[in-house]
Amino acid sequence: MTTDPSSNRKPETGAFFQRDRDWHPPAFTPTYKTSVLRSPQKALLSLDNTISEITGPVFGHNMLGELDNDLIHNFAKAGESAIGERIIVYGRVLDERGKGVPGALLEFWQANAGGRYRHKKESYLAALDPNFGGCGRTITDEDGSYAFRTIKPGPYPWPNGVNDWRPAHIHFSVFGHGFAQRLITQMYFEGDPMIWQCPIVKTIPDRAAIETLVAALDMQATIPMDARAYKFDIVLRGRRSSLFENRLEGN
Amino acid sequence: MVQALNRLKESPSQTAGPYVHIGLTPNFSGITGVYEKDLGVEMVNDETKGERITIRARVLDGTGTPLKDALIEIWQADSAGLYNSPSEMRGAADPNFTGWGRKATDMVSGECVFETVKPGRAPFKDGRLMAPHVTFWVVARGINLGLHTRMYFADEEQANSEDPVLARIEHRHRVETLVATREGDAYVFDIHLQGDKETVFFDI
Repeated sequence: MTTDPSSNRKPETGAFFQRDRDWHPPAFTPTYKTSVLRSPQKALLSLDNTISEITGPVFGHNMLGELDNDLIHNFAKAGESAIGERIIVYGRVLDERGKGVPGALLEFWQANAGGRYRHKKESYLAALDPNFGGCGRTITDEDGSYAFRTIKPGPYPWPNGVNDWRPAHIHFSVFGHGFAQRLITQMYFEGDPMIWQCPIVKTIPDRAAIETLVAALDMQATIPMDARAYKFDIVLRGRRSSLFENRLEGN
Repeated sequence: MVQALNRLKESPSQTAGPYVHIGLTPNFSGITGVYEKDLGVEMVNDETKGERITIRARVLDGTGTPLKDALIEIWQADSAGLYNSPSEMRGAADPNFTGWGRKATDMVSGECVFETVKPGRAPFKDGRLMAPHVTFWVVARGINLGLHTRMYFADEEQANSEDPVLARIEHRHRVETLVATREGDAYVFDIHLQGDKETVFFDI
């Protein structure tokens, strides 16, 4: 967790833009049943960022293993690979100012091609793939770009409504440079009709917001005879310039 | 017409879901051999400066039932009050302290245990010192956007009484929802998602 010594980038110390909580899903979304007992009922206490939220952990590329961004192989036996549609997911992590976010740790997890998660609390009858674990991670480059290789996950039934199915999706966890930027979200796939039926997707009130979570098929980035590609950009909170703000005590 | 501001919108949040462990604590969930160890499980080593403490945290739903599928991350200053972050401009934090920890709640007890150090005091924006505190971020199935809160320490009564953030809480009986109690060698912090004892959550 140190600054990259090869970078000339000056760390930024401004507070983050206020979060638009009408754009994010609200806490209480009763058609997603679990939210009913897990949503705060009192108003949040708003607080312009202090140093406790402006700062955050930063991770170095040296923590990554060689196959961390290759879910087709990182759990597979030697010489074998996971079964399913081979895809590349790539994109950039940007902030609300449109700047690339370098050094952002991305972690992702997903079900296998049949919609089965490798988790002891999961009992869906679709089979586990012995060569697929379902987790990966990477760190963005200087311009905020990232890529990983995986198999396209299958849709998955869940006990919410009697017949609710999740669209095919990949979960993303993202660290920016400040703890206030911490974000977990889900990526969906272009053209999937299940997206518009899903109670979890529909916790997001604005259709335009949902569309920002739908990755586009990109045939130009596809590797012929190997893997198709999907583009998924992620936007984190932007931050104010600290030029015109009072300096922190001791600075 | 005026010039466009050309800002992007933040990617909307979605729940971490019940299988968050697969991605964030794979070894804990039984997926071994991919990462050597789960990220964030070790915050201290033998060289870390400061008073060693244990935090035992739980997350409880509106019926008082502990969540068995939550994930908690904590972020805090070192024992001198410095953050291990490039955005920390006041000096170099203890290189033997990460400042950041991550744990999944135990699948039986619902408890997360963090081995860390007691944080020093860091300044509020106007220079007044905040009381020692640990920032918490909670995600789980049923939580659509990660919840931010803070844990303060019951044995820091004087510092807590002058903390500028706690001072913002209008309903004074709610301050105690942010104060961990001491039990034996550990600080115990229960996060209530809703109801009479609902924890104060922040829009930061």
